[in-house]
Amino acid sequence: MQDLQTRLAQHTDLGEWTQQRADLAFVTVAREHLHGLLRHLRDHEGFTHLVLLTAVDWLEDGQFQLTYLMNNRAAARDIGVRVLIPREGADMDSIHDLWPTAATYQRELREMFGIDFPGSPRVDEEFILEGWRDMPPYRRDFDTLKYAQEEFAERPGRVSKDPETHMKQKLYPDGA
Amino acid sequence: MDFEWIRIPHALLTLLIVFLYGLLLGAVIQKIGARAGRRHGIPFYQNYIDLIKNYALRTTITHGFMFYLGPVFRLTGGVGLLLFVPTIYGVAMHENFSFAGDLILALYFVFFGSLGMALGAGESGHPYAAIGVSRGLSQVTAAELPFAIAVFAVALQYQTLSVTDIVAAQQGSVFNWTVFTNPLAVTAAMMSFLGSMMRPPFDVVLAPQEIPIGPPTEYHSAYLALMQSNRAIFPIAKMVIYMNLFFGGAANWPVFFLKVFLLYLFAAFVGVVFPRFRVEQSVRWFLVWGVPVAVAGLFWV
Amino acid sequence: MKDELKPRIVKGPDGIEFEVDPLRDYYCEASPSVHPPVYVKIVEDFFNWARSESLWILGFGTGCGAIEMRPLMTPRFDAYRFGVQWRPTPRQANLLMISGYLSTKTLKRAIRSYEQMQSPKYVVGLGSCTINGGMYWDSYNTIKKLDEYLPVDLYIVGCMPRPEALLQGFEDLKQIIRAGKAEGANQYAEKFEWYKANQKKVIHDWDMPDYNW
Repeated sequence: MQDLQTRLAQHTDLGEWTQQRADLAFVTVAREHLHGLLRHLRDHEGFTHLVLLTAVDWLEDGQFQLTYLMNNRAAARDIGVRVLIPREGADMDSIHDLWPTAATYQRELREMFGIDFPGSPRVDEEFILEGWRDMPPYRRDFDTLKYAQEEFAERPGRVSKDPETHMKQKLYPDGA
Repeated sequence: MDFEWIRIPHALLTLLIVFLYGLLLGAVIQKIGARAGRRHGIPFYQNYIDLIKNYALRTTITHGFMFYLGPVFRLTGGVGLLLFVPTIYGVAMHENFSFAGDLILALYFVFFGSLGMALGAGESGHPYAAIGVSRGLSQVTAAELPFAIAVFAVALQYQTLSVTDIVAAQQGSVFNWTVFTNPLAVTAAMMSFLGSMMRPPFDVVLAPQEIPIGPPTEYHSAYLALMQSNRAIFPIAKMVIYMNLFFGGAANWPVFFLKVFLLYLFAAFVGVVFPRFRVEQSVRWFLVWGVPVAVAGLFWV
Repeated sequence: MKDELKPRIVKGPDGIEFEVDPLRDYYCEASPSVHPPVYVKIVEDFFNWARSESLWILGFGTGCGAIEMRPLMTPRFDAYRFGVQWRPTPRQANLLMISGYLSTKTLKRAIRSYEQMQSPKYVVGLGSCTINGGMYWDSYNTIKKLDEYLPVDLYIVGCMPRPEALLQGFEDLKQIIRAGKAEGANQYAEKFEWYKANQKKVIHDWDMPDYNW
């Protein structure tokens, strides 16, 4: 995919290029270049299929990473475009004009990560969660264990044991 | 003609026998279908237990007046059909209330239950029930057409509208049966038979996997039990008509049981072999194949 | 709450305006009542026997257990032998199988389905997720103890239980019913307030009537 990198670098300011496999690469771009790059990849490089759009929460860096994964069916290769956006008041340009399916992903990201996509259809409606009142649950600073303990009734008597020490004690009670 | 009161308990006895036999037969046929799929299937007494359980449920809810009457109409259709045609030919005890023009009445009763069901299911207010009923009615109407024409053919052939007389004309030899004297009309009627038995390939209306179960979506407990009773009686009553019109009737109970079983088996056999039709497909099937054959049967006479 | 459930003013085809409150007008708000066994013992025993031999399951799958239940219909296990059948509508069913983990969103639907079933009705919880949360013990949207929200007659342990375990579970449930101890519907009616409080604690957007019969 070196050729692709060379061609893209001619008119876009590419960031870090990661060659994951022979047919899979990731590239980081600045957010203002994203829309043009995706359109170019779709219309001129044959990456017609948006496989997924997902997010990674880099809590320590205070950043969200959005990953747009695209597939070129004819050449059987994938490219992932990474965009880093600040975690505070996260929002991103919608790409539903390129792929209408992206609107669904963006609704999910809005609900699960709290990343806003202004202009995306139905982005403010509930997607999976009904009546969610806490912070978006996929953010890493959301403590699901604490939430589950406070929210849902628990059956007493649940214990968990470390298998190694437990079996050791059971088989060799003398400590041999 | 003076009325003999003893005929009422006699008719009720006939009804009871048919009811019990219908429940048993339904389970047996289901078992045969299951065996075709290499399963054991339900126990042969399962239908009785289901019936008892449904009567024994503690709560019922209603959706209004017609909701009550739906199952009642349905059951009336089955019972009426059975009561007004002679079940066993030549035995006064099980002649029921047959009279000179009973063939027309029977034709009416075949359809009566579906109409009652339509009213009841509509009242239940459930959208699935309404869809199921409209689909069911269109299918039953299409299925009824070849049957009605075949019945006219038979009536023309024997110059009578009395089921008893038609049976009488078929006695003597197997070759006097309508199935040999007018095979075209019988073929058309058997096509219609498949359609009204609510078994595959024409059970899309009631199949649990389809628009969830169709008309009876909202029916439960005692209402459902009434409809189960009807599902035991109505097919048998329908087969009694077929037996009388086309297959020489039955002169005693063993022959009756055998013929009804074979007729039911025919429907079940077709059912396990062929996949399900959609409603518009089955309507087209009845109109394209059933009706011309029935009309040909009419000209045969 | 969804827009179509909010009270609003509607203009009819004849031009008359009238007020609609869907939750009040479209549903009945009568709370459930207790229906104790009323017949003499021998009749009630007979009915219980019939109920136990004719278990109609509501075809409502919540978690991975929904996949485990399908083999029961196939030739290999064939639960129809034991009088177990599947019904597509809650009105006709009398056994609700909670097959696996139950998210709060599904719990809402399960409660509605359960309340539409006709008494006597039974609930069976399948797998460790319904008992103590199982592998979803720290999840942000699955409940951990089913009997806080619905009256459970029987739990079948496993993750997930094999179809053989389910068949054994059906047999156990039959014994409970025959002994006359499966009165979950009455228990639900008696402790209705407590169940509702628990349900509303986890279901935040409660947009249905309190009881759906």
